[in-house]
Amino acid sequence: MSEHAEHGHEEHHEVHPVKHYTKIYWVLLALLIVSIAGPEIAPHVGHEHLARAIVLITAFGIAVVKAFMVCKNFMHLNVQRRYVLYMLGMMLAFVIMFFSAVAPDVMKHEGQNWSNESAKAAVERGMAAGEVVHHEGGHDAGHGETSHEGGH
Amino acid sequence: MDRPLANLRSAAGLPTGRLAIWWVLGSEIVIFGGLLAAYVMHRIGHPEWQYQAAVTNMWIGAFNTFVLLSSSLSAVLAHREAELGNGKKAARLLGLTIAGGGVFLCVKAVEWTMEIKHGFTITSNTFWSFYYTAAGLHALHVIAGMACMAVVAVAAAKGRDLHRVELVGIYWHFVDVVWIFLFPLLYIAK
Repeated sequence: MSEHAEHGHEEHHEVHPVKHYTKIYWVLLALLIVSIAGPEIAPHVGHEHLARAIVLITAFGIAVVKAFMVCKNFMHLNVQRRYVLYMLGMMLAFVIMFFSAVAPDVMKHEGQNWSNESAKAAVERGMAAGEVVHHEGGHDAGHGETSHEGGH
Repeated sequence: MDRPLANLRSAAGLPTGRLAIWWVLGSEIVIFGGLLAAYVMHRIGHPEWQYQAAVTNMWIGAFNTFVLLSSSLSAVLAHREAELGNGKKAARLLGLTIAGGGVFLCVKAVEWTMEIKHGFTITSNTFWSFYYTAAGLHALHVIAGMACMAVVAVAAAKGRDLHRVELVGIYWHFVDVVWIFLFPLLYIAK
């Protein structure tokens, strides 16, 4: 342990009391409840765009908040050397670059001079199969053979 | 002690062991980030996946999120005890974290068994390919974390290499963060 004490922590950030971490934990659990409740409530608001906004904010917005809290308070990323943040940020930038370059071709199935017929056909096939199962089996959409259609 | 421990070198301004774990996590960001980015763009381009996504059980995903968040708490408390020099306490808390990982994997095994029994396998369609690849890769990271944590806990119980408690904890929190994003993507977005 002596090496740990002497060399392990150049930053010498303070050791927080247990209460500090349990408080963060309870906040994370509360956020988890909100992220579950939001998408459950959303279908009942009666407005499609509002419902979508509620799901996006409560599920994905809160996921970002939860991840930030874990990184800051549990991983202590805020007291690490600055270049650690730059390094991780650079990796995230690579991911965003990848997404930006590829997403237009995957998310859209046609453009000005091109059309992805197999993807369009896969969507049509999958939607038709899904609708059939949805009408036949109600919410339990996936438990019929036809629901296995729809990939591409 | 004259062992060439990673924490004795700090050419980059922080202990080499900690620098290494950040590099590992940097590469993990690209691996999981690439996978999740690919999933998101396909999910948006294929509205028919809603019928497949409707099958995943949100409550199971939520329970596993609760388990991982709880295990992250025990991991950070283990780090705290290691900072204070309490190796035995740190080892016990790491044991609790490993138990959390075990519960997570058991729930995952039950969940996958149910889904496979209903005919939803990795080859069913592209949604399920993504589902099993992302969740499976994450589960492999959980297993790796548990194994590393067991090794660190044994040493910590003897009061040795307590700096490693922090390193294995950082890795575990990252695994938690990945799940925080997997949960809404695979279980909530219907």
